[in-house]
Amino acid sequence: MKSDTKNSVVRKLVQGGWGVLSNSYVQGWMPGPPAIYQGPLKRFCVPGMNCHSCPGALGSCPIGAMQAVFNGRRRKFAFYVVGYLATIGLLVGRFICGWLCLFGLIQELLYKIPTPKIKVPEKADRVLRYLKYVMLGVFVFALPFFYRTKLGMGEPFFCQFICPVGTLEGGIPLVLLDETMRGALGWHFRWKFALMLLCVFSSIFIYRPFCKYVCPLGAFYALFQKVSVMRMRFDQDKCVSCGLCAKTCKMGVNPVLDPNSAECIRCSECVHVCPKQALSFGVGPKKEVKPGETVPVRLNV
Amino acid sequence: MKREAPIQVTLLMLALSIAMCGYGVLYNNEVKIVLKKATAICMQCIGLG
Ligand code: SF4
Ligand code: SF4
Ligand code: SF4
Repeated sequence: MKSDTKNSVVRKLVQGGWGVLSNSYVQGWMPGPPAIYQGPLKRFCVPGMNCHSCPGALGSCPIGAMQAVFNGRRRKFAFYVVGYLATIGLLVGRFICGWLCLFGLIQELLYKIPTPKIKVPEKADRVLRYLKYVMLGVFVFALPFFYRTKLGMGEPFFCQFICPVGTLEGGIPLVLLDETMRGALGWHFRWKFALMLLCVFSSIFIYRPFCKYVCPLGAFYALFQKVSVMRMRFDQDKCVSCGLCAKTCKMGVNPVLDPNSAECIRCSECVHVCPKQALSFGVGPKKEVKPGETVPVRLNV
Repeated sequence: MKREAPIQVTLLMLALSIAMCGYGVLYNNEVKIVLKKATAICMQCIGLG
């Protein structure tokens, strides 16, 4: 297996450091009756997928928080969380996915297990990539907002029926730490546990399958990728068409064809691997040359 | 190559998002809802609900 690039090592340190910092409520990790953090920091959402029911979590999960506002007795739109996430998306697009999401890191580490890797057939891959938008539109927005039980209560459908992050970061540690919780395990836990296992096992063979196909937060940030302040630039004049960037990208993006693809997690791997520095990150769109304007020309002699 | 969205569009959207966030915090009582949800163990999240 190829060794990590310097960029990849730095990125893992940042991801890991953030993961530890945002789950550093030590008391929560002690055996005994569950005691999750209940302080004021939980007013704020972390920018990545991190379950607020994780014993160590110091902040709220944005996807869980969004559904909590939608599914209240009095139907409300989640202006705070949607506005907060849109602000992040408009500033940096999916940069959070590449650098500040613990669940992204967990999947990356699983993919490091040395086994033969699976390449999802192109057609299936293309269709499956839309699934995350269905998760966002149906399970995070529509169902929690519109569905009500006879008692007038809504449900957080994505948390309840899909999210493997909640099972891995919240359910399993809490069940392991507290004996009384083990008695309450039923079909619901088994269903979520099976989905979590599917996610964990597929991550060993496919790079970040949850991020590619399921994550509603990644889907939300992806909506802003092409208009965000931070944008990737491709310099055609420098490119020698070696194809190294596209070969390096584990998210299946070809940055030459679409530098601000919705699938790019802005991990910078391609930027660092390009031998001609034809790829870079910058602010806003690439400056266009106006008619009559002179530009310096690089000659390859 | 396709034309990219001008930075002015981004900045306008950014201002709207920040305003939206502020509205939610100041007038929609959302911080309280988020805090209440995140400070109790969510049974649906962990698979016990
Ligand atoms: S179950 Fe998933 S979506 Fe729900 S709060 Fe936990 S991490 Fe967030
Ligand atoms: S797609 Fe979701 S799980 Fe993956 S890195 Fe982004 S926020 Fe995290
Ligand atoms: S295109 Fe480059 S920055 Fe984007 S995900 Fe692929 S390797 Fe990372």
